[in-house]
Amino acid sequence: MRRLLQTQATEMALLAVIALICVFLSLATDRFFTLVNAFDLLNISAVNIIFAVGLLVVLIAGGIDISFAVAASVVQYVTALILAQIGGGGWISGLLIAGSVGVLLGAFNAFLIHTFRIISIVVTIATFNIYFGLLMFFTRGVSIYDLPAWWTDRVILFEREMADGSWAEIRLPVLVMVLCVFATWFLIRHTSTGRQLYAFGDNPEGARRFGINIGAMQYIAFGWVGLMAGIGGLIQAHYAQEVVPNALYGRELEVLAAVVLGGARLGGGRGSVLGCVLGVLLISIIGNGLNLMGVSPYAFRMIIGAIILAAITLSNSSIEKLLPFMRTEGRKS
Amino acid sequence: MTGLLARARRIFGGDMVGPIVALIAVIVVFGTASPRFLSAATFGSVAFQLPELGLLTLAMLLPILTGGLNLAVTFTANIAGLVAAWVLQANGGVDAGPLAFMLGVALALGAGALSGTVMGLVIAYTRAHPILVSLSMMIFLRGVGEFATRGGDTSGFPAFVRPLGHGSVLGLPVPLLVFILCVGLWHLLLSRTKLGFNTYMVGSNIEAAHYSGVNTRKVLVLVYTLSGLMCAVAGIIMMARFNSVRVGHGEAYLLITVLACFLGGVNPFGGFGRAIPVFVALIVLQLLSSGLNLLGANQHLATAVWGMLLVLVMVLRWFAGQFAIFVARKE
Repeated sequence: MRRLLQTQATEMALLAVIALICVFLSLATDRFFTLVNAFDLLNISAVNIIFAVGLLVVLIAGGIDISFAVAASVVQYVTALILAQIGGGGWISGLLIAGSVGVLLGAFNAFLIHTFRIISIVVTIATFNIYFGLLMFFTRGVSIYDLPAWWTDRVILFEREMADGSWAEIRLPVLVMVLCVFATWFLIRHTSTGRQLYAFGDNPEGARRFGINIGAMQYIAFGWVGLMAGIGGLIQAHYAQEVVPNALYGRELEVLAAVVLGGARLGGGRGSVLGCVLGVLLISIIGNGLNLMGVSPYAFRMIIGAIILAAITLSNSSIEKLLPFMRTEGRKS
Repeated sequence: MTGLLARARRIFGGDMVGPIVALIAVIVVFGTASPRFLSAATFGSVAFQLPELGLLTLAMLLPILTGGLNLAVTFTANIAGLVAAWVLQANGGVDAGPLAFMLGVALALGAGALSGTVMGLVIAYTRAHPILVSLSMMIFLRGVGEFATRGGDTSGFPAFVRPLGHGSVLGLPVPLLVFILCVGLWHLLLSRTKLGFNTYMVGSNIEAAHYSGVNTRKVLVLVYTLSGLMCAVAGIIMMARFNSVRVGHGEAYLLITVLACFLGGVNPFGGFGRAIPVFVALIVLQLLSSGLNLLGANQHLATAVWGMLLVLVMVLRWFAGQFAIFVARKE
């Protein structure tokens, strides 16, 4: 237990905060602690978690990506156009197209970062403007509602009627999310590429002298976030049943806040899939709880912003002082 | 040619070369492409559009120089504008007197400074990453604004506010004058004051600055407070220009301000960069968008071209670096 607290302090703290909030919400509202609500939470958070695990890999590798959300919008549009060309397609072709377009957009970032040694925040802010500007210019801001039926049809994987007649459902986005989370966890925890990503993020020069191919690291990290952006974009369009070019504009900062809340360090070398998922869930749970408690939706952002601000203030100062045993040699940051 | 470049470098500083070359390139390209480009109308539109983006960019500049980022600039500006608007409304709206306006401006500046101070304190004392701190402040301020206005507009200001956004003195628009004044202030602050020097020190190496006896916490708090103040100036100018305040006005400028700083030769890791090259870079961006407008493109294409320009400048900088290495090897 103590060892767990030492090595995964952020994750444990997040888990404790989430547990506290859940207990409070269960007592304060009668609708929070139900299967329907829990499944709703998962369905709603699925797309953000897919984006988050993609971004996590880039953060671990010491970069940052601002462009992935608008890249996902580009993917949605391009996929819709290609599918219309080939006459419908299906989930397999859709995922293949969306994934490859996403990887391509991510690889373009990696190309600029690695070839010309520009730091990632400059590149991705530039590509953010390029992708979004060109998307809005070519589409003229027009949405696509006429999507193939397979893309927009709800797929329910598990359902159960509750005592009060409402249905608890797990939909397709949750399955895709679980697969993406598992794949990312496997990549960064159980492959040597994953260990190299951590090493590269912690100390690029050290990793280079150690014989790690740093170009490959950049392409893998940004390719991965591109892949996740592609899949996330496809799923978001499935969930919303339409493709709106500016629907994901601004999502990048929300996801970034959640991932960093989950313990990933801006600057590389640290972060875990569990923390990242918990970070997104914490924000979703707060929003969901405020909703159930009947708080005005206009106040949501204010409260969530204040909570994140308080959380980072506390997590960076007090926790270590409150729990002195955590300041042992195990924590090197 | 190299002698000329070296001389230019001595006079303007090395970081001026990029923006000035871009400025000349933009003027030449659009001047030949469209006969209407080199006209008073173009420069008039640039002069009117420049200040909003420019003031926000100045607010972004100081935190970037310390190696941070202030992602809350646009919403701090909105909140400051809202505060000024509320004071005017509470004092009779259209009939409010100059005294109420002064009070509104003072409180708006106070609100901007407060938001900056809070961020500065959190960043300085907890060493949390500025991106995260300012990001949560941005979400919070946006929430406050949405909660207070329910997403609507606040308008109805006395007539004497209008000249602040639309009037001109000696042919120069008032917002532009305010902006140039602020650029001058920032330039003096960075080049002539202790705080400016310490800002560069903190941005270059915060540990070394700390051990050299610089009160790094004080510097960080002051830098973010000044950034918040500048946001408030931008918010007041935006209020006067649109004759209304809405949360979300200027939201799209957020990442453009960062882009403008990088284009102006500011080091993304902090420690290096000046106000004047950023000013030139801002003019380049506005000229580009006005020129593209004349050729029939819209703002979205201009945004994409801004992004491409940033990539181009960084790539050229890399080639220049490689060339310098090549020359050094030959000698």
